[in-house]
Amino acid sequence: MAKIIFVDHDGTKHEVEASVGSNVMQAAVDNNIEGIDGDCGGMCACATCHVTVDPEWFAKTGARSENEESMLTFLPEIAETARLGCQIEITDELDGLVVHLPIEQF
Amino acid sequence: MTSIKDIPLSDLDPSVQTRFQSGEHFEVFDRLRAEAPVYFHETTQYGPFWSISKYKDIIEVEANPKVFSSDAAYGGIWIKEQPKDTIRKSFMTADQPEHDQQRKVVNPIVSPSNLNDMEQKVRDIVTLVLDDLPLNEEIDWVERVSVEVTGRVLCELMDFPVEERMDLTTWSDIVNTDVDAGTEITDEYVKLEKLKPMIIKFKELFAERTGMPPQNDLISMLAHSQETANMEPQQFVGMLVLLMVGGNDTTRNSISGGLDALNKFPEEYKKLRENPELVESMVPEIIRWVTPVAHMRRTALEDIEFHGQQIKKGDKVIMWYCSGNRDPEVIEDPYTFKIDRKNPRQHVSFGFGIHRCLGNRMAELQLRVLWEEILKRGWVIETTGEPERRFSNFVVGIDSLKAIIRKPE
Repeated sequence: MAKIIFVDHDGTKHEVEASVGSNVMQAAVDNNIEGIDGDCGGMCACATCHVTVDPEWFAKTGARSENEESMLTFLPEIAETARLGCQIEITDELDGLVVHLPIEQF
Repeated sequence: MTSIKDIPLSDLDPSVQTRFQSGEHFEVFDRLRAEAPVYFHETTQYGPFWSISKYKDIIEVEANPKVFSSDAAYGGIWIKEQPKDTIRKSFMTADQPEHDQQRKVVNPIVSPSNLNDMEQKVRDIVTLVLDDLPLNEEIDWVERVSVEVTGRVLCELMDFPVEERMDLTTWSDIVNTDVDAGTEITDEYVKLEKLKPMIIKFKELFAERTGMPPQNDLISMLAHSQETANMEPQQFVGMLVLLMVGGNDTTRNSISGGLDALNKFPEEYKKLRENPELVESMVPEIIRWVTPVAHMRRTALEDIEFHGQQIKKGDKVIMWYCSGNRDPEVIEDPYTFKIDRKNPRQHVSFGFGIHRCLGNRMAELQLRVLWEEILKRGWVIETTGEPERRFSNFVVGIDSLKAIIRKPE
């Protein structure tokens, strides 16, 4: 298990336990984290699990795939450390990961 | 007449338009999902094509645009082959990287700040439209509400003269006319001819915006971007048609279809009146229920094994959204309209992947504000007959829906 911390737009923190091998979108959906929709079920195909990774953690989440890059480019506003939650696989290394949530998913 | 369950699968053409009018197409897709969810039809009115009918398989195709192309060069997104010189090009009918470059140009229209600004404008429009409606008298909901709201919102998005809004509806309807429907629009050339006034009008607006400082409307965005300032004719028409149809017919039909659904499920309508906060989850359910765009086409760019089937390079692949949205493996009790589903946004109406609908939140916004305002007035809107459905397997159109507005004491 790894601890994932979701930070709302207003600063509220939600700590959840997620299984290694799962992904950030799934961890959010399983714990009813508002702001993560995950409409496509984790296929990197809807961009409704968009998160901004805390800069300290960004490198550890791995690189964006080409598909993910495309999905991200047409989000209205994206940060340098933006990722799709479904594309971040949860590993032991990510125990304590902090991600920030957008106001709303598009 | 032979019932659908007795027709051999090989003789079943899922594209038959009249079944989309009668609702029998659902039976066809129930069979396909159960018996052959990835199926190659050898003979249909459009020649051979693959039908993808399950929710998850549709997403899989959409998530793989490198293999399943939308590019106009291979047939674009249309089930019927189009003459090359009439094809409308846009980012909807482009693969990467052109797709991404062009889509980015108009993306700011759905930025959170713009959606925020639009909410009040949509509310003003809805108020204006509703204020004009008579009580206790039969009206055509399509004409008086669905067309009016979406037409006026589109004027706002394009900064198009509001007094000429009916032109947008007319042009959008020309684009979406099925050439086999038996109207005077018998082929794509006639269509293009009829769209000439649209091209003239948009050229005029485009030139005007080019000469003005950039502003926050779709035409200005296109006019001021390097990617789209100098579009060749087929792309110019394609882009404007995409924004016009995308922002018009689909939401129009969701407004009409939503009222029809509430009347067919009176318990849900009652629940809504007692719990107006359910508008939020009802809106995506309306969009699932209606599935305003019934399918999209892709073309395989290479041989691929897909769920045990061999799709060959060049094959036409149809993703039936209307079927994905009734897939019981993903959507519980899919033939019931339920305004309080737990995951209401779980539907394929907007498509997925890089071509996912750009205006999805704008569509939801219009539906949400409309229903919020209707409920505030304490109205009960009773339909007085069946919707008049359009001959089409693409845009699920409702051309007329009669209704009476009542205000219970």
